[in-house]
Amino acid sequence: MNVVSVQNLTRRYGDVLAVNDLSFTVAAGECVAMLGPNGAGKSTTIEILEGYRHRDGGSVEVLGVDPARATRAWRSRVGIVPQGASDMTDATVRDAISLFAALYPHPRAVDETIDLVGLTAQRDTRLGRLSGGQRRRVDVALGIVGRPELLFLDEPTTGFDPEARHVFWDVIAQLRADGTTIMLTTHYLDEADQLADRVIVVAGGRKVADTTPADLGSRHGNSVRVSWREGETRRDELTTEPTRVVRDLLTRFDGEIPGLEISRMTLEEAYLKLVEEAS
Amino acid sequence: MIRATWARTVYELRIFSRDRRSVFFTIVLPIMLLVIFGSIFGQTKLGHGVRFSQYFVAGMLASAILYSSFQQLAIMIPEERSNGTLKRIKGSPLPPAAYFAGKFFATVLVYVVQAAGLFIIGASAYHVQLPHGMGWINFVWISLLGLLASALLGIAFSSLARDGRAASALASPVLLFLQFSSGVYMVFTTLPHWMQHVGALFPLKWLAQSMRGVFLPAVFAQNEVGHSFGYGETALVLTAWVLVGGLWCWRRFAWVPLDQA
Repeated sequence: MNVVSVQNLTRRYGDVLAVNDLSFTVAAGECVAMLGPNGAGKSTTIEILEGYRHRDGGSVEVLGVDPARATRAWRSRVGIVPQGASDMTDATVRDAISLFAALYPHPRAVDETIDLVGLTAQRDTRLGRLSGGQRRRVDVALGIVGRPELLFLDEPTTGFDPEARHVFWDVIAQLRADGTTIMLTTHYLDEADQLADRVIVVAGGRKVADTTPADLGSRHGNSVRVSWREGETRRDELTTEPTRVVRDLLTRFDGEIPGLEISRMTLEEAYLKLVEEAS
Repeated sequence: MIRATWARTVYELRIFSRDRRSVFFTIVLPIMLLVIFGSIFGQTKLGHGVRFSQYFVAGMLASAILYSSFQQLAIMIPEERSNGTLKRIKGSPLPPAAYFAGKFFATVLVYVVQAAGLFIIGASAYHVQLPHGMGWINFVWISLLGLLASALLGIAFSSLARDGRAASALASPVLLFLQFSSGVYMVFTTLPHWMQHVGALFPLKWLAQSMRGVFLPAVFAQNEVGHSFGYGETALVLTAWVLVGGLWCWRRFAWVPLDQA
């Protein structure tokens, strides 16, 4: 069953097509990451799905409802972690989460939610006095306190230190184990790799890939990067025949090839290549 | 809906009490003005044994209505729009009406504290006579209708500013001009005619005039425009502003930051 279903979605700002004929689906229980450079149309798409923005064309269904006609009942089934909120600075963590917990029919217990995002020690601290990463975890707590069936996360870990990101990833893993469907946007390839069953890559408002992280990584014909040193400069070559490249190098160097490294193309490299080709 | 409104009201009051700037401008400022004007003109007699402080406290209450509702909402809502509060609420199951009702009830309670402060300081330090009998009933309906009209105007005004700082810069001169052109600081009938006409378009002039009806003896009605405190006109003008402000808010209210809309 599809929780999200998008067909031929379009949205323009003036003359610019921010979202251009985008179609995709998200199945129940899936975790899908939307990747793309700044201005690719990720946030516009997510905000149309969340019911914040209108669309110019195409059809959208989220939990069986057109988000442009969102009802309160629908809102209580959808969790949203928006980008760049700095609200409720004078409220404590507990105040803020209790205030929103009371709006849902079957909320998670407030202390349990605070514990889940790792803010138990800060529960009586005002939001204005939290660090950036702690503040972001409050946003996540507010997104999940209503036990949503579908959770939207818009760049959830921007500004996190590596440890905080791993804590966050554990939270998401737990939500997934409970059956929550998750749709996130991110700039971090390792995050998509870690969390998502599927990645949708968008560039210039168009979908350029819709596949598993593993497949995206191996998309360029299982490309391998062979790199070596020539004098002071580092050279590299992307190839599907690494053995041939090494054989050629052996004929050019006497004995050891200086600084030889052979590595499989990373997800990040595959992604950058894909986005570069699309634009 | 009732539970959600109650929760929002409690939350708004808690947050208000933690924000020193808001507490100062809405509660301390009118009392400070009463003390300043009371100290300078408090002994001046207006005839019939009435002191200027009696005239002035009516104007300060009318101003307090604007401070606690119009000013507070015209500044807080753009702030809450730019920092994502409104966007978060829009994405939650909270009924929008509960957000506005919570703001309004918090406003009423803040006004009650302001009015109590003005009554206590006025009566104990500047010989202000409190209303009695029908005076209280008039005081209550004028206050509630005035708060509602000014709150809706504040919400409508909030659409003009990108954030709290811009809103503050926009709202303060408007408020100051209204106070002068509505006869809060000076006797209304001594103002230039054009200013009287402008003032008469807005709620504050009518609030100040009908509040004078609450605080001054009936003979003072002779000094007003039309020789009456104009309760009927006040009710009409305020109701008209409730309708205009309400319509604007219903049609034009923006939940997402203006630069994202």
